[in-house]
Amino acid sequence: MLPQEIIFGLTGVGLFVIGLRGVMLHVSALARILAINVCGAGVFLVFVTVAYRGLGERPDPVPLALVLTGIVVAVSATALALALARRLQEGGDE
Amino acid sequence: MNSLLIWPIALPLLGSLGALVWSSRAHLIGVGVGILTLFASSLVALRFAEQGGLEHALGGWEPGLGIALRVDGLAAALLMMSSLVALAAAVYATAYFSDPVKRAVFWPLWMLLVAALHALLLAGDVFNVYVTLELLGLTAVALAALGGSRASLRAALRYLTVGLLGSMAFLAGVALLYAAYGTLDMRGLAGLVRAEPAAWVALTLMTAGLLVKAALFPLHFWLPPTHANAPAPVSAALSALVVKAAFYLVLRLWLDVFDGALTQAAASLLGLLGAAAVLWGSWRALRAERLKLLAAYSTVAQLGYLFLFLPLLLALPPGPGRDAALGGLVLFALTHGFAKSALFLAAGVIQQHAGHDRIADLGGTARALPITTFVLALSGVALIGLPPSGTFLAKWQLMSAAVTTGQWLWLPVVGLGSLLAGAYTFRVLGHAFGPSERAGGVLVGGRQEIPALLLAIVATVVLGLGANGLWGFLSTGVSVTGVSS
Repeated sequence: MLPQEIIFGLTGVGLFVIGLRGVMLHVSALARILAINVCGAGVFLVFVTVAYRGLGERPDPVPLALVLTGIVVAVSATALALALARRLQEGGDE
Repeated sequence: MNSLLIWPIALPLLGSLGALVWSSRAHLIGVGVGILTLFASSLVALRFAEQGGLEHALGGWEPGLGIALRVDGLAAALLMMSSLVALAAAVYATAYFSDPVKRAVFWPLWMLLVAALHALLLAGDVFNVYVTLELLGLTAVALAALGGSRASLRAALRYLTVGLLGSMAFLAGVALLYAAYGTLDMRGLAGLVRAEPAAWVALTLMTAGLLVKAALFPLHFWLPPTHANAPAPVSAALSALVVKAAFYLVLRLWLDVFDGALTQAAASLLGLLGAAAVLWGSWRALRAERLKLLAAYSTVAQLGYLFLFLPLLLALPPGPGRDAALGGLVLFALTHGFAKSALFLAAGVIQQHAGHDRIADLGGTARALPITTFVLALSGVALIGLPPSGTFLAKWQLMSAAVTTGQWLWLPVVGLGSLLAGAYTFRVLGHAFGPSERAGGVLVGGRQEIPALLLAIVATVVLGLGANGLWGFLSTGVSVTGVSS
């Protein structure tokens, strides 16, 4: 394993854990949505580490394609969560 | 090439777009697409019964580079259940929504949910599973929020947060799998996975993510408020189909992909959580004040039974005994799917008719809504596990497998769970048969009561009497455990 892989991999795991802790401990909806995104960033970083093959080498394209899909999903999920949180805060219901 | 496999996914997807464009006719598109999807799923099941396992490489790209769709007995059985329940709930929904805005929003989301569900059942690689899981989660949240009340919005937001966390854990497991084995294709993985730390960590992450979505005790906390506050047809699909999709993936991972890396202790842990779910869910269902909350807690309990099968399946040697237990598990899942959707649809009729679903004030329901009360009773029969329901045979298989493998602990759990289910069913029926001066016609709302009745009849009679066919169907061609045996 390359040292870069270890550093990036551990950072990814660390972000995942920080995000997880945030989702479980925070009460505010906005903080929890942000924490999920931190969590997701950790997972994506792990994917990027998996794709890395060393300096000057072409990265493995499959994990990168997966990260792109993952980011698209995360963006839409965040949008839905924010919309719901806003509706809740406005107290607007029929 | 089996391009037939794309239709159960493509039809609802196209229908969803159609309903979005042509929203004034959305309900007609919804029911029409439901019928066509059922037809396509039946063709897939028939082709499977003739030829055994089916596979389709999308766009002609072979697995490894492309994405494969696959069908085996388990997937085909769940595909049939999902198409039937979705059609019944769609017919029901044509008469359910009175608000035009909600009606216009409901249909595209509904068909998207069905498309995501079918794509998940047919998915052949783990990343495709992640994508379909997210699609399913997002559409389910949007539909659950259609209830419109503050309680349903709050429940939907929590459902979304918890679900996203579950999919993140699943995705982290996918990354580890790719790092360790260099492929995402489930069949390819099955031949590569060995008992080693990378496989264990990946399995733990993926299973943990799925357990959140399958609402296994103690991760079930989000389910009762979400399912109890969603519109009735949505609750039916959430309880009968969406949580079961997550369980289906647990089963697929444990029995197919990670077969070589499992330990009995891990399966026993899931069994213990399942046992706790059976007892806690049934107890809370008995104490519930509202009918829909009762149904939601009963789902927590019934999902617990499904997890009880895992330690038994792992302890049984491959052969007829294991196939019988697996058949029992599938039969249990199918029966619960039909019974619980019927119960939620019936609860919706009661709520719309009486303006509430408080169990203590249900008096007179039996006179005012005789068919719906009959549906409550029939689905109760299936939830308790009385003959001739499918649950009866499934619990029989569960208990006989527990005896053969010497895992006695599960026997009192099943017994106690069934007693509690009997208690909560009869508590509802007792109130429903209470006195009242109101008397109604025999059939109050045909488009709502008949689908519920048909679902309940499938759960209690058809699945129980036709169970032999299901066992034969499951063992056709490549069995679920076929990769390793």
